[in-house]
Amino acid sequence: MASTITLEVYRYRPEEESEPVFQSYEVPLRSDWVILDALNHVKDQEDGTLSYRWSCRMGVCGSCGMMVNGKPVLTCAAFLESYAPDPIRIEPLQHFPVVRDLVTDVDDFLGKLKSVKPWIVRDEEKPVEEGEYIQTPEELADFKQYSMCINCMLCYAACPVYGLEPDFTGPAAIAIAQRYNFDNRDQGNDDRMDVLSHDDGIWSCTLVGECSEVCPKDVDPAGAIQRYKLAGAASWWKSVLLPWQNR
Amino acid sequence: MNQNIHHTPHHPKWYRVRKPVFWWVKRFADIRFIFRELTSVAVAYSVILLVVFYRTLLTGPGAYLDLMETLKEPFWITVNIFALGAVLYHTYTWFNAAPRAIVVRLGKWRIPDLMIVGGNYAAWAVLSAAIFWLYVSG
Amino acid sequence: MSAKKSNDPFFWSLFGAGGALSALLIPVFLFLVGIATPVGWVEGPAYETTQMVMLHPLVRIAAFFLVSLSLFHWAHRFRFTLYDGLQLKHLFNLIAVICYGGALVGSTITGYILW
Repeated sequence: MASTITLEVYRYRPEEESEPVFQSYEVPLRSDWVILDALNHVKDQEDGTLSYRWSCRMGVCGSCGMMVNGKPVLTCAAFLESYAPDPIRIEPLQHFPVVRDLVTDVDDFLGKLKSVKPWIVRDEEKPVEEGEYIQTPEELADFKQYSMCINCMLCYAACPVYGLEPDFTGPAAIAIAQRYNFDNRDQGNDDRMDVLSHDDGIWSCTLVGECSEVCPKDVDPAGAIQRYKLAGAASWWKSVLLPWQNR
Repeated sequence: MNQNIHHTPHHPKWYRVRKPVFWWVKRFADIRFIFRELTSVAVAYSVILLVVFYRTLLTGPGAYLDLMETLKEPFWITVNIFALGAVLYHTYTWFNAAPRAIVVRLGKWRIPDLMIVGGNYAAWAVLSAAIFWLYVSG
Repeated sequence: MSAKKSNDPFFWSLFGAGGALSALLIPVFLFLVGIATPVGWVEGPAYETTQMVMLHPLVRIAAFFLVSLSLFHWAHRFRFTLYDGLQLKHLFNLIAVICYGGALVGSTITGYILW
């Protein structure tokens, strides 16, 4: 087996050029190296100007998402050997504006995340003297899958609807909304329904399903959105057929 | 998009790419998605055929027989073969997607996805067999 | 954030019902009437029997729902396919009218025929 592999890395230096270019680097092909290791090697040994995000290097922080050979992956989880011997093309996460090299602007996602109120919403906070909120293992199981989201945004890169309509709330934000909707301690379903049940919310989704395909934590945002559509439709019919019932 | 960003001559310009209109022709998975969505056209065609069928039933035996003769033409057989393929793909993808929208719990136990998918196929098989039997037994 | 109340839940419900009904019933219909009988694999029932069964009021009502919901299934799905596949979202009013309007016209014609 060859001892090196080529990385074709997307570079964008707005102060120098107005268009991105690709730059090639030869890196050692070590069997225990992931793409992130290779990028770190490049930055340490060859080209300190390369910019990219990373943190935990073990698939829990969600920082290192990039397009590798056209697919959104966590670079800390993609082994060089899976791509060898062909060159590996590395680009910033699709559907986000590129700030520099492999760094994208994620404010859009963060704004949408905030808009779904990703915290326990209570009509009235239970005073401490009344004790803790009780949650059985079954009740935890209701939402646990959606709580595994690490906000890596691979699903946004995979979702063609988000690519076509930047106003779409997007897979992760809706999945995280469901994490709270299904939490028995939370009472914010109505608030979130008001935010999400509109044209740029859940109704833009056409169940392409790519989001769940690329999710590294098996959150299944596509499933979360379909369930929300069912709930949204039921809520709509209820408001039309039984308008006197306060939602 | 963050509307608070003001671009100045010294602020770096972010690079934005617009998705091309035919973004979906590059990957097979995307082509398959668009085809899946277009199966709805085959569905619409099928029910229009059903309405035409009804129309001939109500008009008289002559019209009905004309329709049956027309359907024997190679052109229509070919169309119907393609339509059937598309409608079957619709059925297949619809049943596989069904459990994602419906999570049914009986007490503590959550019905596994496979059972919901299986239930759909079972219903489909039973209904199809019943209609088939009714049809061939006259 | 202002939430524009959407009418999509209504059309999505029709889409879902139409998708489920068509998935269950259309394949066998198309196979029998469109392929098996013309090709000669099966012998369909006589005109009189067919007429008697199909024109039964309950069957007519079921057929109306099958046709109408399937047309609305097409309308909703095709509308979004035009958005995703051809990026025509800016024409959303026109597309909505053509799609849902078409389904409505089709349903009305069907209702008229089946009455």
